[in-house]
Amino acid sequence: MRHLRIPTLVTVIAVLAACTGGGAATPSVTPISEIGEPEDALNLIIWAGYAERGEVDPAFDWVTPFEEETGCMVNVQEMTDSNNGVSLMQSGEYDGISASGDATTRLIASGLVAPVDTSIFENYANVFEGLKNLPHNTVGGLNYGIPHGRGPNLLAYNTDEVSEAPTSWDIMFSDEYAGRISVYDSSIYIADAALHLMTNQPDLGITNPYQLTQAQFDAAVTLLEEQAANDPLYWGTYADQVASFASGEVVAGTTWQFQVNLLQADENAPPIEAVLPDEGSTGWSDTWMIHKDAEHPNCMLLWMDHMMSAEANAQATVWFGEAPTSAQACEVADGISAGHCDLTHATDETYYDKIWYWSTPEEDCADEDANTTCVTQDDWVEAWTTIRGAS
Amino acid sequence: MTESRWVRIGLRAVSFGVLAFLYLPLLIVTIYAFNPSRIQTWPPAGFTLHWFGEAAANPAIRGALLNSLLAGAGATAIALVLGTLAALAVHRFAFFGRDTVSFLFVLPIALPGVVTGIALRTTFQTVGVDLGLMTIIIGHATFCVVIAYNNVVARLRRLPRSPEEASADLGADTWTTFRRVTLPGMGTALLSGGLLAFALSFDEIIVTNFTAGPGTRTIPIWIFTAIQRPSELPVVNVVAFVLILFSAIPVYLAQRIGGDAGR
Amino acid sequence: MTAPLSLPSSRAHRFATWLHRRPRVQLGLLLSGPVGWMLLAYFGSLSILLLNAFWATDSFSGQVQPFRWSLDAFGQILTNDVYRTIAVRTVAVAALVTLTDLLLAFPIAYYMARVAGPRVRRFMVIAVVMPLWAAYLVKVYAWRTILQENGFFEWILTPFGIQAPGLGEIANSWIVLSYLWLPYMILPIYAGFERIPPSLLEASADLGGRAGITFRRVVLPLMVPAAVAGSIFTFSLTLGDYITPDLVSDAKFIGNVIYDNSSLGNVPLAAAYSLLPILIMIGYLLVARRLGAFESL
Repeated sequence: MRHLRIPTLVTVIAVLAACTGGGAATPSVTPISEIGEPEDALNLIIWAGYAERGEVDPAFDWVTPFEEETGCMVNVQEMTDSNNGVSLMQSGEYDGISASGDATTRLIASGLVAPVDTSIFENYANVFEGLKNLPHNTVGGLNYGIPHGRGPNLLAYNTDEVSEAPTSWDIMFSDEYAGRISVYDSSIYIADAALHLMTNQPDLGITNPYQLTQAQFDAAVTLLEEQAANDPLYWGTYADQVASFASGEVVAGTTWQFQVNLLQADENAPPIEAVLPDEGSTGWSDTWMIHKDAEHPNCMLLWMDHMMSAEANAQATVWFGEAPTSAQACEVADGISAGHCDLTHATDETYYDKIWYWSTPEEDCADEDANTTCVTQDDWVEAWTTIRGAS
Repeated sequence: MTESRWVRIGLRAVSFGVLAFLYLPLLIVTIYAFNPSRIQTWPPAGFTLHWFGEAAANPAIRGALLNSLLAGAGATAIALVLGTLAALAVHRFAFFGRDTVSFLFVLPIALPGVVTGIALRTTFQTVGVDLGLMTIIIGHATFCVVIAYNNVVARLRRLPRSPEEASADLGADTWTTFRRVTLPGMGTALLSGGLLAFALSFDEIIVTNFTAGPGTRTIPIWIFTAIQRPSELPVVNVVAFVLILFSAIPVYLAQRIGGDAGR
Repeated sequence: MTAPLSLPSSRAHRFATWLHRRPRVQLGLLLSGPVGWMLLAYFGSLSILLLNAFWATDSFSGQVQPFRWSLDAFGQILTNDVYRTIAVRTVAVAALVTLTDLLLAFPIAYYMARVAGPRVRRFMVIAVVMPLWAAYLVKVYAWRTILQENGFFEWILTPFGIQAPGLGEIANSWIVLSYLWLPYMILPIYAGFERIPPSLLEASADLGGRAGITFRRVVLPLMVPAAVAGSIFTFSLTLGDYITPDLVSDAKFIGNVIYDNSSLGNVPLAAAYSLLPILIMIGYLLVARRLGAFESL
């Protein structure tokens, strides 16, 4: 130990000095163009349920076959929300992430992820054309990753307690079920309030729930403060929400199809249904991205290809309750759960027009108009901290 | 001072009430460990040993257990060496800043754990150290040093100096005296300090959560993630029960040593 | 003794003899390891954390910008009321937990030290120490199962027509934290009671002090260092916990702000906010040292 100390100190100083030189990172521009020999491990940041190994239901296991085939032993870390996912990627400890649109743009802009030449993937050709080259994962003609699946945030409700199927998000913001509402605990939920205001207060002029002027943003925050006053239960992990629906502690809330599936499969839980309200909804379209300094790049590339394969993509999207990414996957998925692709509107682009995919709030409002400025990501996070912390 | 009969009865009632309060949660987890249902409702629906088999066969638990043992061993070893050196220095020599040294070692345990955690994590990431078993050990050793230090210092204060002086008079050098006289005198203090340091490391989550990397799960980290998955709760109950049983071992050993491992 | 005590001609022996005559060098060798470790691993980390508090973050990607100096994090903490609300809440609960533990610890510690016979005392010391060794998370988790809907509390309370609080009440944090740190309070107070010489109490009685007066005027003042020593644990552990508040209630504590911001990547804010518990505890420790609590640790 002792003779190590001085060199360590020197390293510390050297590293600190080196950091002063570096400023904003520039995205690396040469796409990865080949898959080499696989390493022995793979560290992934995932949404809960994106890497199952049959522990909950033996029929859903797309990790073990991958490990057996490639020798890459998979470690996963579930992110609680996109902000958490971005932060985990910044730690540099992970090879890749299943990022939603509000994380992908940030990861690309900060140069943390590498572009890939999609022709190296055997399964990319089959992917629906509608899911290729989308703005949230393609910048300057370069593809920063491959699609995993997409879906909307839904409104779940307990049919014993809420007798009439809700058609609007109103139930989330009224005091009718005070103390029994389940709310997603993330700054991105501010967009759900903004979306509600799009229909309910059209004079605010909200055109995009993620790009809000200060006045629009303040209105959304006020709405959320009123919601907080009704004492909802905030869920940070899917399991919290499942537990609170199952025990009857909450009767309605924003959810993913995943939790609805789990609750419907649980015979002890009260009857739960989920709807897409008329105002439309927020949602996500997820991308597997590779870290630019991934320790196990080849395992990650193989995993990306694996997740586009018909079998893995079908299992994963059925398990989570989202739309598969290829016709081949749809075929397998329908075999696992009849009508899955119709149910999730896998090829129905008009359905997804009603869905606002999660994206990052940007100062220039992500539009051409140079005159407007919008509230930025860090203000969203702070506002959410305030709403949550005050209760 | 003699207490009246009623005061004594009252004191006894309150004391055993407090003990009941201390043991109620442990008892409840123990009962849940034998609950056949995946759903946790009180009272449990029956009795089964099924989940013990599941827990034993779970590779994630075995991996986490191994990591916890390695981290505990590493941190304890570092803590014992550094704590003993510091204790010898503080006990043997009067020097400027002696009180500061004691204060220095108490700080990591007196300052809130979340601060230690985020400070270490931030540093590792700023400097570019990969998070893993090594970083867990560094974190644990930092607050385990004081445990070893306290135990050894307390023992040195009680140990007479005369055998050491006799050894020196007989011609033994510093090192020999330390090895043959001082060290054996400190034996049980090292044992109880090491035991305590190991237990502290084995149980740590507040700091470990910050310093563990992907794939290095310790037992507390495994529990922390597993209690957030409803399907794993029955196995968590079993692990919790086994850990409660385990906690009797150091208490028993500490009683045998008759030492300072009370705290 | 089967082996010779020394090996006169060996190099190690010569070095040891040389060392024996130079206590300063001995001291330096003894101290360099532990103090170096603490300075590098602990205080080095704290310094880097402090540096981070003054660094900027990119408003879009959230990435920390090393050596781009900024006071944004402090500005945010000072202007946004929520950080004060959370700080006050945490300190209030820490004080409440400390008070609760004091009230629970005094009678049992007194009983153990001065009333119980030797066998009962031995049993009770073990009984108090045991839960300390049981895993922290196991205890928090146990409380979760007790407090949750359909849990033990609901089962107990429903017959009385009281609705169980469920997970989400701030009172849960108070109960569970008081539970967790209680042994840390009982043990120093028990040791404190044991240290009071019986002769002192007899003297007080001889001078006409009734039991109540003796307790108030003689015993209590002597117990201050022990109580303060115990309160260092209850206070610091509450300030530094983020897992218990998260698992048994919905109300955020100082630890949650630090942990959440760290996991969301806003390290400067987390770092700046960390200064608060550090300063509170350093102040607390300095006062505790004055009150003589360190001898009771």
